[in-house]
Amino acid sequence: MVSQSTASSVPVAGVAERDRPGPGERFRDAIGRSWRPVALLVALLVAWWVITAAKLVETYLVPSPAKTLQVMSDKWGYIWHHTWVTTYETLLGFVIATIVGVLAAVIMVYSTAIEKTLYPVLLFAQVIPKVAIAPLLVVWLGFGLAPKVVVAVLIAFFPVVISMVTGLKAVDPEMIQLSATMGAGPLQTFSKIRFPASLPHLFSGLKVAVTLAVTGAVVGEFVGANEGLGYVIQQANGNLDTPMLFAGLIVMSLIGVVLFVLVEFAEKLLLPWHASRRGAAVTTTY
Amino acid sequence: MTERSEGTDKHSTVGPVTEQEASRGGTVQIEDVAVRFRMKKKDVTALRDVSLDVAEGEFVAIVGPSGCGKSTLLKLVAGLLKPSSGAVRVRDEAVKGPRHDIGYVFQRAALLEWRSARRNILLQAEMRRMPADRARERTAELIAMTGLTGFEDAYPHELSGGMQQRVALCRALLHEPPVLLMDEPFGALDALTREQLNIELNRIWRETRTTVLLVTHSIAEAAYLANRIVVMTDRPGTIAEIIDVDLPDERDYAATMAQPEFARATGRIRDLLGAASAAD
Ligand SMILES: Nc1ncnc2c1ncn2[C@@H]1O[C@H](COP(=O)(O)OP(=O)(O)O)[C@@H](O)[C@H]1O
Ligand SMILES: [Mg+2]
Repeated sequence: MVSQSTASSVPVAGVAERDRPGPGERFRDAIGRSWRPVALLVALLVAWWVITAAKLVETYLVPSPAKTLQVMSDKWGYIWHHTWVTTYETLLGFVIATIVGVLAAVIMVYSTAIEKTLYPVLLFAQVIPKVAIAPLLVVWLGFGLAPKVVVAVLIAFFPVVISMVTGLKAVDPEMIQLSATMGAGPLQTFSKIRFPASLPHLFSGLKVAVTLAVTGAVVGEFVGANEGLGYVIQQANGNLDTPMLFAGLIVMSLIGVVLFVLVEFAEKLLLPWHASRRGAAVTTTY
Repeated sequence: MTERSEGTDKHSTVGPVTEQEASRGGTVQIEDVAVRFRMKKKDVTALRDVSLDVAEGEFVAIVGPSGCGKSTLLKLVAGLLKPSSGAVRVRDEAVKGPRHDIGYVFQRAALLEWRSARRNILLQAEMRRMPADRARERTAELIAMTGLTGFEDAYPHELSGGMQQRVALCRALLHEPPVLLMDEPFGALDALTREQLNIELNRIWRETRTTVLLVTHSIAEAAYLANRIVVMTDRPGTIAEIIDVDLPDERDYAATMAQPEFARATGRIRDLLGAASAAD
């Protein structure tokens, strides 16, 4: 607590001063924020290592971290190829889900009739287990890229629509009235007020959607594929190759984490006003 | 800087506002208006038998208990709400939809948080497609007038409540509206900031000569600022009395408060509001 720097915050009378941390301070901030999750990760790795080293579990069930790492480095070309396939399917699914989801939300918000028609359909599409329709999609669309992308879209679409609808509806009604007195048309009100105001909501939906898209792509691969991490895991499973299975799982999770972080980064870049306000609310308490 | 050029240059502005007209306040006539809201169980009468004539450049304050229809009254004038019966006229035109020749300030500043103070003010210009150079000029003028200098590039979350309300006021004044509607604009501010903004509003009103309708909960604010004070009764909202405040337009804050006329006006408002709540 003593080490926390207080030097930069010199209050100016009547002004909520923006804190502008220097590079050194920002670096310390970054470490301050990330040491906990890193520590947890290290603890988990150690636990994994202890369990396997002490032979608490048979190594053919749970391989050691060293063995898993070795597989990853030995077969990195193989893993890398399939990682790309899954990432590509995921991204394609995510982008399509975002575009279609945002458009659907806009249409639904502007037409109650369409909203009433579409909402039950959306809900129905959402509650169908995607694992259950994946085989059907393979029958219809073949073993290629298409069914994986479609499953990813189906699974990522819902959080996008819901968050965007919420965002578009959450606009301050007084702001809309103000815009009417300014003589703004519906298009102007949308582009200058409604749409930008909905973006923080949209981004929280996108963060959920991108992690779900990974799941969608892998589910698609499980059902029928000769490429991708889902395929890798199935192969490894068939061969009782647990080190490769673990390697596949780890890489798969990493894809999700990296994509999540990228979306969060895009949010900070596009909505600095939102990020700084949220940041301030969390960090200024002591 | 206080005197604006009297329409020497002709700008092609959209809408009915022209430079000459804008420098004078517009009239507002409310004729026997009633507003009923259709609710699930029963209808709510928000306003009944309300008639009010506001002269060009006049400052009218509206006070009354919560829920008596003050905001509803302003929305009628702005054309954001249609009366159930009666008629509203602004600048001798029947109100038939949102008026574009008014400025509106709400209790919450209602600023776009992704825009700086300056760009929040410029929203008014963008929506109206005002010529960019004129909009910029006018924004600079207003920023200086309201003491926002140095805060042009600050975002709403970096501004105090008083500063945010100043931005909202600038935005409402950008297009030089003949009528300015203010709905408890200083209600969320501390007493000191409020006093400061009252003094500024009096000066701005004298400089712009715009007609002002101000809803407020502060009796002192109403008496300090207004030429006339409309006191309303509890639901359904009717006008209990209209009090004339016989004070010069230019008002020193402390000196005005010490005037017998100020004491008379505030006393009368208290009597009327007390009677309204006692009858409850
Ligand atoms: N859109 C609306 N729908 C239904 N009732 C409303 C609506 N707007 C206002 N009212 C009702 O009308 C009355 C007057 O509201 P308002 O004008 O906001 O009062 P005030 O501003 O004086 O506090 C209140 O009883 C309120 O509940
Ligand atoms: Mg109100």
